[in-house]
This record gives sequence, structure tokens and C-alpha cells, in this order.
Amino acid sequence: MIKALYARILQGHRTVRFPKQPPTLPERYLGRPVLNLSACAKECRRCVELCPSGAMKADARGGVQLDLGRCIFCGACSRACPTGALKHTREYRMAVRKRDEMILGRCSGEADSVCRGKACLAPATSMASDLAAQGDLRSREYQLAEALERKSRRLFGRSLKLRQVSAGGCNACEADNNVLTTVVFDLGRFGIQFVASPRHADGLLITGTVPQNMTLALKKTYDAVPAPKLVIAVGACAISGGLYAGNAVAGTGADTHLPVDLYIPGCPPHPVTILDGLLRLLGRIEG
Amino acid sequence: MTGENFAVLQNAQAIPLSAIPVVAEQEFRNRVLSEVENGARLSAFFGSPQPCEDSAGPSQGSSAAKRVRLYCVLARDSARGLAVLATDVGDTYEALTPDCAQAHWFEREIAEQWGVRPEGHPWLKPIRFHASYRRRNPERAGDSALHHDAWGRSADAEILPGVTDYYRIEGEEVHEVAVGPVHAGVIEPGHFRFQCHGENVYHLEISLGYQHRGVERALIGGPDRRTVHFMETLAGDTTIGHAVAYAQNVESLAGISVPLRAAVLRVVALEMERLANHVGDMGALANDVGYLPTASYCGRLRGDMLNITALICGNRFGRGLVRPGSVEFDLRPTHVAELRQRLQAAYRDTKNAVELLWNTPSVLARFEETGVVTADLAEELGLVGPAARASGLQRDVRADLPAGFYREVKMPTARMQTGDVYARAMVRWQEIENSVGYVLDCLEVLPAGTVRAEMRELRPESLAVSLVEGWRGEICHVALTDARGRFAQYKVVDPSFHNWIGLAMSLRGQQISDFPLCNKSFNLSYCGHDL
Repeated sequence: MIKALYARILQGHRTVRFPKQPPTLPERYLGRPVLNLSACAKECRRCVELCPSGAMKADARGGVQLDLGRCIFCGACSRACPTGALKHTREYRMAVRKRDEMILGRCSGEADSVCRGKACLAPATSMASDLAAQGDLRSREYQLAEALERKSRRLFGRSLKLRQVSAGGCNACEADNNVLTTVVFDLGRFGIQFVASPRHADGLLITGTVPQNMTLALKKTYDAVPAPKLVIAVGACAISGGLYAGNAVAGTGADTHLPVDLYIPGCPPHPVTILDGLLRLLGRIEG
Repeated sequence: MTGENFAVLQNAQAIPLSAIPVVAEQEFRNRVLSEVENGARLSAFFGSPQPCEDSAGPSQGSSAAKRVRLYCVLARDSARGLAVLATDVGDTYEALTPDCAQAHWFEREIAEQWGVRPEGHPWLKPIRFHASYRRRNPERAGDSALHHDAWGRSADAEILPGVTDYYRIEGEEVHEVAVGPVHAGVIEPGHFRFQCHGENVYHLEISLGYQHRGVERALIGGPDRRTVHFMETLAGDTTIGHAVAYAQNVESLAGISVPLRAAVLRVVALEMERLANHVGDMGALANDVGYLPTASYCGRLRGDMLNITALICGNRFGRGLVRPGSVEFDLRPTHVAELRQRLQAAYRDTKNAVELLWNTPSVLARFEETGVVTADLAEELGLVGPAARASGLQRDVRADLPAGFYREVKMPTARMQTGDVYARAMVRWQEIENSVGYVLDCLEVLPAGTVRAEMRELRPESLAVSLVEGWRGEICHVALTDARGRFAQYKVVDPSFHNWIGLAMSLRGQQISDFPLCNKSFNLSYCGHDL
């Protein structure tokens, strides 16, 4: 017993100050990419050719678009970019509420008064209909997740119980979700907890591509969660199928099957990216 | 190079396909069995379609046509080498499993993938629940002759995971407990069936495949821009292990070797991966017996180990670090100093946290004599990694079949005899100590120079085998190239593929409430198995 007490003193207090203080990230960390198309060398397309997960797409008007929901953050694109139009920042905040908000890149090829050359994104259009939308192309800065509306916040804001469903990934997203429950992040202090039964849960946190062999199990788990319920997709696989999206049996992510309330990009997302996303959803972090 | 009965090669070596003896079925069976009898292990055993399969259509429509070539890669640990043998089979062949239990999972895989039935296999069931690779599109006419399914399922039959017959014990007081695929914790999906009498488990059967995402099929035709990323996500917690196994294969096929500095950085990353996972496992084992101090400290310390890997390459799992011919990140002297200092601090705290376990009788009472796997059983089943070493087997790729920097500087092998949860925990702890020492030594001698070699074309019509001692045990990758030097097939054997049956056997005669503890003491990969 005395040894256990001595150990307690030696091990010290290890909980990070996040969100009151910014997180410590590795020096070589690759965070959210930014795309400045006014600097993009037209018809270069090197990034598109190198992208392993199909996140970079050539745009009908000569630019490129980057789908953060497919990006595996390998950095091949920014390393190859000859003009520095595409860069990885150290920005760890990435969670969004809508799928199409993860698509970076504009099509005009020039900075305009709205974007002033900053990273911006096209509205909810497919690549093909971009041309039609050219007229009223609104560009915005990356729109981080907004909090749930008031009623849901009253329900979940101070106590959110999540059932995690692992469905066809590589277990790295699961590992970095698990980390949130350690003393380092101490998820419990925010009233968020992973629970064993979907019946006890307010929502699902899904990782993986949702392959054929998990489709039924995921649906049954979702059905077992009492309404109102949330769905959170963590990692490129759960958002879009990620690297596996082309494989016939692999699936294309959670929103193929369920309505998703929060998307957290990454491969895997850093634990603090996940935590930031959860806290934004609950309105515990703003701005 | 061609030995008397087998093609003989070293770990991380490529040989021409023509050097591999292709013998008759019976001869294949005899040679493999006698080799196993003499102490060799099955590292890989898989089917490969013959080239005529895709192009020629239903040649003569004869079911006796030898359409699938079976390759067997045997590890001769004591002779420090590998042996490869092949045979061509039709729709059936005589199963090896009745005489060689190690083959049982491989033969189920062969049946499921290629529709080849190993006759006499005592428990022939799917392992991943996908359609046969020799299934033809049911909507296309005239293809029926090309449809091969080991269970006679039609080409358009729906295959549901876990829907199969299970081993069952009958009796008035016998009951069955079914768990999964969705489990209670933040863990991967799998299905477990326990046959119980009261609290006692008579038998556990494990049914997987829920994580199957078609990786092996997607590797054909590579290497391409996706290949290395598939390798890094075969099992996310073994990113470095699988990436090194892959890189070694490509390098041997290209006939290049990485500079010494890169080779050292690779083993540093491999040992850091082992450290992070072993430290995490020590915490998880403590958690499963309700000893929370160590659980809590090791949870933090695992993150510290991962963050050391992130110091090297920016990613906690080592993504982007290992590439064929190189490591992509070099360490500056300041990095080396910081890495050393952080590792020493993490080790000091880990030692403190883990020693609490050995000093706590209530922990030891739960660890000792729980989930015993005897040495004979481990040998028979072909277990690998810490699970095998905990049962007293001398089995470690780093010592027996070393490649890369392990050839230059030897790694001590941890070993225990009792084969219980305690032994599996203690082996991990000894390996933590060994790995810390090894990494610190590596940093001491880190040679100067470049970390990149120039890549070349891959040799056509060749086979390369690469073994890496990952933190769970032996990772085996086998690459077969076609006439253009592209992957005709790429076989991945994660250590979990060997060890899931070990977990099932360890539960026999245990209380069902000890399942989480036994499970954690193996800590196997679902995604690495399911691919």
C-alpha cells in the first residue's frame, strides 16, 4: 500500500489543460491543409496524381479541390506542390457538421474579395455541377463545427454518453479515442463517457468504413439507441471510406447508412482533434 | 539456392519463381509434414491462381484442372532459414490439418478464398465471410463453370458474417453465451461463442471477418500510390511492423538495401511501437483485474511512447516513416537527445507503475494459473510472439531469422515457462526492459549518412518473403511478382492469424469471467486478421 501511495506521488498530475490552454503537438505534426488557388500552377496536377486516397481532385476549371473527408494526411500533395499553394498547417481543429464543408478549394483560380486568397471552400456541389454554380460561388473560411441547437444542448451538453462502434478500419482511430479516457485527456471531466450498451447511449461514435460485414451490426446498434440520438463519424474511413473507398467489400463510410451530426477528419485524427470536435458539438468550445 | 526438397532462402530475400519446386500433391504433403515434424513452422500457406485462370475461360471445364497453386513458406528457426514449396491442386486436396494443427486456419482461408476444399479438414468453415475469389459475376451468362466455392454456395448467395454452425455442447445444464460483434468497450468487432457449464467454459469458438475490407485484393497490380498506405493500415497499431515487412520485400525484389542509418532508425521505430503497445497492455491487464493505479499510469505512459514516435515523424503511429528504400524522416542531434531523455523518463515511470503489479498479491492471484497454454500446445498450434514465449518457446524473428539491423546487433529474447496470464504479462515487461535498452544503444551508435537508397524496378516472376517480429509476434509478408514486376499476389500473415486459436484454447476450463483478462493477455488484432 505504501508503495502504491509513493507511486501516486511519483506519477504526478498528468491531465492536460486543454481546452483552456492550447495542446502540445509534435514538431512534425501535419494538421489541416490549406489551399490557396491563386498560387496554384495551373495544369500541374501533381497533387492529384500523387494522392493515394482520391482526396485531391482536378477541378473542371483548372484548379484542384481537396476533400478533407478522404484525406489521410500523408502530406504527399503539399510536399510535391511546386508553388506552395497547398500547405499543411499545424491546425488541429478540423471537425465540421456537414460533409461538404470538408471540401477545400475554389475554382476561379484567383483570389477574390471574399476569400482574399485564404483557404476557402466551394459550396455543396459536386465537381460536375461546379461549372453551373460558378455564378454564385460563395467562398468561406473553413467552417468548424457549430454547437447543437439549444434543445439538444440542454439534453446532451452536460452529459453525453456514446457507444463506440468499430466498423472496418485499422484500429488506430479506436486507439486515439481510447486515449481520451486516460488521465491525460480525462474525458469524464466534460461529462462525456463511452458506455457499453447502446441502450445507455445518447449516440454512436463510428470509426471504420462500415464494410459489408458490419452493415447489419451497425444498423442494429443504431436502432438500439433511444432517440433523440447523435452520430459522430471519426476518421477518413468513417467519413468517406478513406483509403478503402474503392474496394468492393469495404464500404464508403457512416453516412451511407446513417445521418451524421459531426465529422472529425484525420487518419487517425489526433486525440485532441477528436476532443475539440466533441466539445464544439456540445458548445463547450466556440470560435 | 534450390535445396534438395525445398527452395531455401533467408528472411528478406527474393528468389525466382522458377527456383521453387512444384511437386505432386502427395509429395507436397509428405515434405511439409516431415519438415514440421522436424521443428519447422508454417509462416505462410496460401493459394495463388494459375495465370490461365482469368484469361482463358473455362478450359475444358474439367474440375480436375489444376487451377490453384499452393505455396507453403516454412520457418526453420534453428537452421536460421526459410523453405518454400509449391503444389498445384484442383477443386480438392488432402488436408494437412489432421496431421498438422498449425495448418487449420490457413486451410480454412485457402478454402474460402479459392474454393479449393481441403478434404478431411475437421472444422472447415469460413474465416472472413466473403465470396470466393473464383466467384464469377452471376449476372453474366456462361460463367458458371468458373464458379468455385468450397461450400457449394451459389454465386449470388448472400454471405452473412458469423452465420455458421458453431461447436456446441449439449446437456441440461450447459448453456451458450454469445458475445459480439459489437463489444462493450472501444474495441474492434468479433463474435465469441462460449459453451459453459455454470461459470466454467468448456469451449470458446471465435468467429471473425467483420473488419474485412478487401486489402489483399487491392494490393494486386501494385506497388502503386496506395500500396504503402494499405500496409500502414493493415493493423493501425502495427503500422511500423507491417511497413517494414513490406519495405523489406520491395527492397529484396529491387535488389537494393537501405543505408545503415535508415536501418537503425527502422529498428528504433519498431521497438518504440513495441514499447507503446506493451506498456498499454500492462495497463489494460491491470484494468481487467481492477487494479486501477497501474491501469491509469500506463494509459498515460503508452501515450508518452506514442508521442516519441510522433517526435520522429509527426504521427503517433509512425505513419509516413518507413518507405521502400528509405525512412522519410531523419533525426537531428537535438531530436536524439530529446528522444533519449523522454524515453528514460517514460521508462522510469513505467517501471514504477509495473512493479506495483508484482508487489500486489491480489493482482498476482488473478494472473497466475489463469489461461494456461502449455508449451506443447503452443508448439502444436504454431503460436508466435509474446504468447509463444510465455509458454516457453524460443521463438523470436529478431533472434532466429533476423533481418535489417537485428542482424548486426542481437536482441535478447524474453521467455517464461508457465504459459499463463502472468507469464504473458512478465514476457511483455521483460521485453519493455530489453527494448528500452536496445533503443538507447541504437541512439548511441546511430551511424552518420543518408537515409535513402535509390529505388529500382522490381524483379519479375519472383517470390520474396519478409518476416518482422512485430509487437504481437511474427509478421509474414510474401510477394509474388508477375512478368512486369508487379504484384501478382501479396500475402499478409498478421501474428493474430496464428494466435486467435491460442486465445480460444486458453479459455478451456476457465471461468467465463476471466475471458477479458485472457483476451487482454493476448491482445490480438481483428483488422490484421480480417484484412
